[in-house]
Amino acid sequence: MSGFSLERGLQALREEMDAPVASFFSSCVHCGLCAQACPFFVETGDPKYTPIHKLEPMRLLWEREFTLWGRLKHLVGLGRKVTDDMLAQWEPLLYDSCSMCGRCSLVCPVGNDIAYMIRKAREGMVASGHAPEGLIAASVRAVNTGSPMGLQWKTLEVQIKHVETSSGLEVPIDRQGADYLVLLSSMEIINFPEYLEAITRIFDHAGVSWTLSRQCFEATNAGIQIGSKDIAATLVQRVVDAAEALGVKNVISPECGHAYTAIRWEGPNAIGRSYPFRVFHIIEVLDQLRAEGRLRTEGKEMDRLSMHDPCNLARKSGVIDQQRHLMDLVADNFVDLKEHGKFQWCCGAGGGVSSNERAEALKMAAFKRKKAQIEEVEPERMVTMCATCRTQLEEGLEEFNMDIPVVGLTEMIADHLVEKERA
Amino acid sequence: MMSSMDFLLFTKGPLFQVAIAIFVLGILIRLVEIFALGRSRNFAEPRGGQVIPGLKTVYKRFNPDPGTFRRAPFDVVVGTVWHIGFIVALLLFIPHVEVIKATVGLAWPGLPNPVVDAVTAITLLGLIAALIHRLTHPVKRFLSTPEDYVIWAVTFLPVLTGYIAYHRLVNPYPLALGVHILTAEIFLIVLPFTKLTHIFTAVVARWFNGANFGRKGVQS
Repeated sequence: MSGFSLERGLQALREEMDAPVASFFSSCVHCGLCAQACPFFVETGDPKYTPIHKLEPMRLLWEREFTLWGRLKHLVGLGRKVTDDMLAQWEPLLYDSCSMCGRCSLVCPVGNDIAYMIRKAREGMVASGHAPEGLIAASVRAVNTGSPMGLQWKTLEVQIKHVETSSGLEVPIDRQGADYLVLLSSMEIINFPEYLEAITRIFDHAGVSWTLSRQCFEATNAGIQIGSKDIAATLVQRVVDAAEALGVKNVISPECGHAYTAIRWEGPNAIGRSYPFRVFHIIEVLDQLRAEGRLRTEGKEMDRLSMHDPCNLARKSGVIDQQRHLMDLVADNFVDLKEHGKFQWCCGAGGGVSSNERAEALKMAAFKRKKAQIEEVEPERMVTMCATCRTQLEEGLEEFNMDIPVVGLTEMIADHLVEKERA
Repeated sequence: MMSSMDFLLFTKGPLFQVAIAIFVLGILIRLVEIFALGRSRNFAEPRGGQVIPGLKTVYKRFNPDPGTFRRAPFDVVVGTVWHIGFIVALLLFIPHVEVIKATVGLAWPGLPNPVVDAVTAITLLGLIAALIHRLTHPVKRFLSTPEDYVIWAVTFLPVLTGYIAYHRLVNPYPLALGVHILTAEIFLIVLPFTKLTHIFTAVVARWFNGANFGRKGVQS
């Protein structure tokens, strides 16, 4: 990758300045309450992880170039300038210690949407050449191979065969005019193959018309995580092209948080137009099927279950009640974590943190907040609906020798389907 | 040499005009600077509205969520107390109501002097507590710039000098009152150029926050 420079970075930041950003920077009084909302600060106690501090280079540029007072100060030689060294220094703050979970945005007394600005600030980091290696590698793989993990269709095909053998059902591929195009995430394909079998069985049970696309199966978007509108647009365009080629009415984002925000909220803006189809997270689709009486289940999980809300799904997308309705369907002893829904705490791995090897120690530190929450309600198992969260929960719980298995909600629903009578 | 009465008349007259002019113009420029940047069009299908959730967030951020209160009770209590105290002393002290009436033509009933006096004393203590907190709390100290201390002083002084003038702690009275008016004018002049602008822009920021989240179906 070449052509990165401080000037390009600053230009990218200038393009990100808008009325909300200006109102946010105008309003911060350095009260520091955002720190209390951030798992990276709360679990390390290091003030440099205060969320608003992570935006200092962007704030300096705003003050210097977008305010009359800042321009006057600049004319008489006052005020700091954003330098390449400064951006280099801020790289770990903007990437390693921020999962863009958005909890700070919910507690700021003056109303600053800090996560909104972090997303924008990362555009400047990419353009100036200050993005982490791990994320650059994932983005390059995503652009070149279609998967951030370099996974190919033939790998998925092996899994599809597997699912078909074990379920006795057909996994529809490239079916024109299907109601739903199902997307997957590479991490899910590798770590949680049970997901594909679960939706195959659920959709057969509920009589849903669906399909996979050979042209594009990957839902995740490394461009959103690293902070590159161009990469984001390239990857979203592939989904749009596949959906349009098959003429589907809806696209389903898998059990992955950021993939959902990427396609659902950022995607249309990345490509600069609305979609001719609607986008749902699998949990929304399952809850809709439940509400329509198309999910007939039997038996319940009897052990004590709790749930982790993925930030991208709950706080950042408003999918909060749906997973609880589904839990009620199949769980007898479900207890919510104390702070849940829009006030849930991040697992620590989102926003590209898990693709950034350098952030490994911080990622585990931030997990301690989740651990504390889990310890408060002492569940026997945790349920979630995001492959990144799930991997982080599994790794974290193992790290701290907590014997609490983590399950995906979709599989749990599939386990309770009433067997269909064969015609 | 200027007598204390001349000084009072100067602060009440020409200087007051200048301060008001800088304040009004300064705030207008700040707001124009913000709104002129605009927002790019959003093509994503909305899950909820923006206007009502935005307005709700403007109100809701006065009451922190229970978790934040538990983690930072001092910030919440002291911050709320001195902000309310400052606004009560500013807007409900009868002589202030008179000044506002003479300046912009709007009037409302004030509070009895002893009530405002007590509120002022509490506000002074709250501001001192807030300063000590800023100097000692690791996050606040880390974030604080000289500007944060300047605006603390600029906020504290009108309250202090008002308290001094009301209790006749400094003589002659015209001097004490003149100093109070002068500090209020400094507050007005400094406001548009510092983060004191949050008095106005926080409403805008909260609305944008509520609108961003509201569109996605979350009440922030």
